[in-house]
Amino acid sequence: MKAVSLPVAYMPLVDAAPLIMAQEMGFAEDEGISLELIAAPSWSSVRDMLAFGRVDAAHLLSPVPVAMAMGLGGVTTAVSAVSVLSVNGNVIGVGRGLEDRLRADGYRFDFSDPLRAAAALARVGGGPLTFGVPFPFSMHVELLRYWAAGTALGPGGIEIRTVPPPLMANALAAGDVDAFCVGEPWGSFAVEQGAGALLLPGRAIWNFAPEKVLAVRSAWAETEPDLLGRLMRAVWRAGRWVSNPDSRAATAEILSRRTYLDVPPELIDRALSGHLTLSRRGEQRRVDRFLEFHEGAATFPWRSQARWIAAHLGRAHPATTRAARDDAALVFRSDLHRRHLAGTGCELPGASEKVEGSIRQPMLVPAVRGNLSLLPDAFFDGLIFDPSRPG
Amino acid sequence: MSFPLSGFTPLNMTGGLTIVVVEEDRARAMAIVDALKDAGDCDVFVIGNSSGLARKIAAHAPDIVLIDIDNPTRDMMEELTLASGPLDRPVAMFVSGAAGGLAQTAIEAGVSAYVVDGLSPERIKPIMDTAIARFRIVRQMRNELAETRRALEERKVIDRAKGLLMKAKGIDEDAAYALLRKAAMDQGRRVAEVAEALATAARLLG
Repeated sequence: MKAVSLPVAYMPLVDAAPLIMAQEMGFAEDEGISLELIAAPSWSSVRDMLAFGRVDAAHLLSPVPVAMAMGLGGVTTAVSAVSVLSVNGNVIGVGRGLEDRLRADGYRFDFSDPLRAAAALARVGGGPLTFGVPFPFSMHVELLRYWAAGTALGPGGIEIRTVPPPLMANALAAGDVDAFCVGEPWGSFAVEQGAGALLLPGRAIWNFAPEKVLAVRSAWAETEPDLLGRLMRAVWRAGRWVSNPDSRAATAEILSRRTYLDVPPELIDRALSGHLTLSRRGEQRRVDRFLEFHEGAATFPWRSQARWIAAHLGRAHPATTRAARDDAALVFRSDLHRRHLAGTGCELPGASEKVEGSIRQPMLVPAVRGNLSLLPDAFFDGLIFDPSRPG
Repeated sequence: MSFPLSGFTPLNMTGGLTIVVVEEDRARAMAIVDALKDAGDCDVFVIGNSSGLARKIAAHAPDIVLIDIDNPTRDMMEELTLASGPLDRPVAMFVSGAAGGLAQTAIEAGVSAYVVDGLSPERIKPIMDTAIARFRIVRQMRNELAETRRALEERKVIDRAKGLLMKAKGIDEDAAYALLRKAAMDQGRRVAEVAEALATAARLLG
C-alpha cells in the first residue's frame, strides 16, 4: 500500500525533532503516511502555508494559534493546536557589550537565577534594554515580559523587537538589540560566533512552558480525522523516541543534515542533553529538562496553557475582548488529543485544565487509566495561574 | 532605542500609491520597481534586509509593502500588523473579501503583500497584478538557476563515482556509467543518488 503523503511545514530548529524523526525513523510509515517536510524561511511563512492550504500541518510557536483566534497578526484562519510538540528549550542571552558590563559588575553567569540575572541587568543596563525575539507571538516574548514584570527590570525595563535568528548576530553588532531570546540551536550558535553569552534557560522563568505545537487547520481536522490521527500518533511516538537518551546521538546526527538544520551535530546535542556552553570562555551548565518532548504528559495541550497565553496576549493587546480570549483558549484541542491518542500507550490526564504554576515537585495525578506523573510547572515568582479566574 | 512599531498615518485617498519593496538583490529590485512604475501612478521605494526593517518601512508610510515570500525578514513585518496607537493604520496581508483570491495567487507567485487597512481592492488590483507577474518571472529565473546548479553538482558526483568504479574494477568510462545506471534502475533510485552513496562509502572506507 502506498503511503499517503502529507505536506508539513517547519522551522529548522532542534524542537522540530519529533516531526523530522517521525519521518526519518519510520513512525510515519508505520501509520501509512509519509511526511513531506518543508523547511520554511520564516514563521509568517509557516503560518501562511498552513492557513492557505499549501501544507496540512505545521510546527508552530504555541502562541500563534491563540493570537490568530484573537484576531491578532496578519492572518486569522482558524487553526487548532492538536498536540504540544515540545516544552521549554529557549535561552535568554546578552550581546558582547552587556556581557562585558555584567562581568565587570561581578556577575557570575549561573544560568539559573532569574532574580539575580534581572537585578544585575537592571544595574548595568542604564535604561531600557532591547531584546530580539524571532516572532511577535511567541513564548519568547511571553517569558521575557513575565520575567521583566516580576523583577528589578520592571515592565518598562525591556523593549522587544522581532529579529530573525540568522540576523541576530548582526543586530547585536549594530546595536539594534542588546540581548535576545531564541530557541536552539540559535543560542548556542550565538555563543559559537562570539556574538554573546547565555544568561538563563527559558525554564528558569516557567518550569513547563508549552513551546511549539503541532497545528492543523481546524476545518481540516474536521474533514480528515483519520489522517490527523495517523499524523498525531506518528509524531507522538517520535517524541517519545527522541526523549530517550539513547536516541540522542542519532537525533543530533540526522537533524544536522543539510536538508534539516545544517549545523554541526555537537551544537544540536547541547539542547538535547541540556548541557550548554554559556560563552566563549567555555563555562558549562547542565539544565534538567532543558527541552522536553515527552515526559510528564508533555504533549498534552492543556486548555489552561492556552488560557495563560490568551490572558497574557490580552494584556499586551488591550483592544482584544474577554470573549475573544475565552474562545482563543479553545484552540488547544485537548479533546482531539484524547480522541486520537487513546490506545497508543499515551498517558492522558483526567482533567483538561490545571492550575498553572502549582506543581513544585513531580506529582501523581489521576489519569484516564491509573495515575500519571506531572512535572514541576512553577513560575519563578511562585505565583499561580488559575484558569477559572484568568483576570 | 525605541520606535513606533507601525506608523502609517497619512491616508492617501486619491494620489499615487506609495509602495515599499523589500528586496536585497539590486537587479531584481529594479526589475520590480520598473514594472510597478509602468503599471501606474506610484512612488516605489526599495529597502534591503536589515534588522531595523520595520522602522525603515514605517518611515515611508507606504500603502503597500511587497516582500518575497521566502525572505526571512518577513517576520519583522508582523510587527507592522499591530497598530501601536489609535491613529495608526495597521497593515494586513489582505486575505478577506474581494481581495482574497488575489492573496492566494500572490502567495503562489512567491510574493506576500501587506496592504494598509482601508485601501480599496480596485486600487490594489492593478499593482498586485503587476507585482504577481513580476515575482513569478523572478521566481522562475531563480528556480532555473537552482536547477542548473543542481545538475552541475550531480554531474560532478557522477563523474567522481565513475572514476572510482573505473579504478576499482579496471573498466572504461562507458562501462562504469552502465554499472551505475543498472544499480539505479535495480534500486528504483536516481543515478545521482547511487553515485552519491558510492562516493560517500568510498570516502568512509578511505
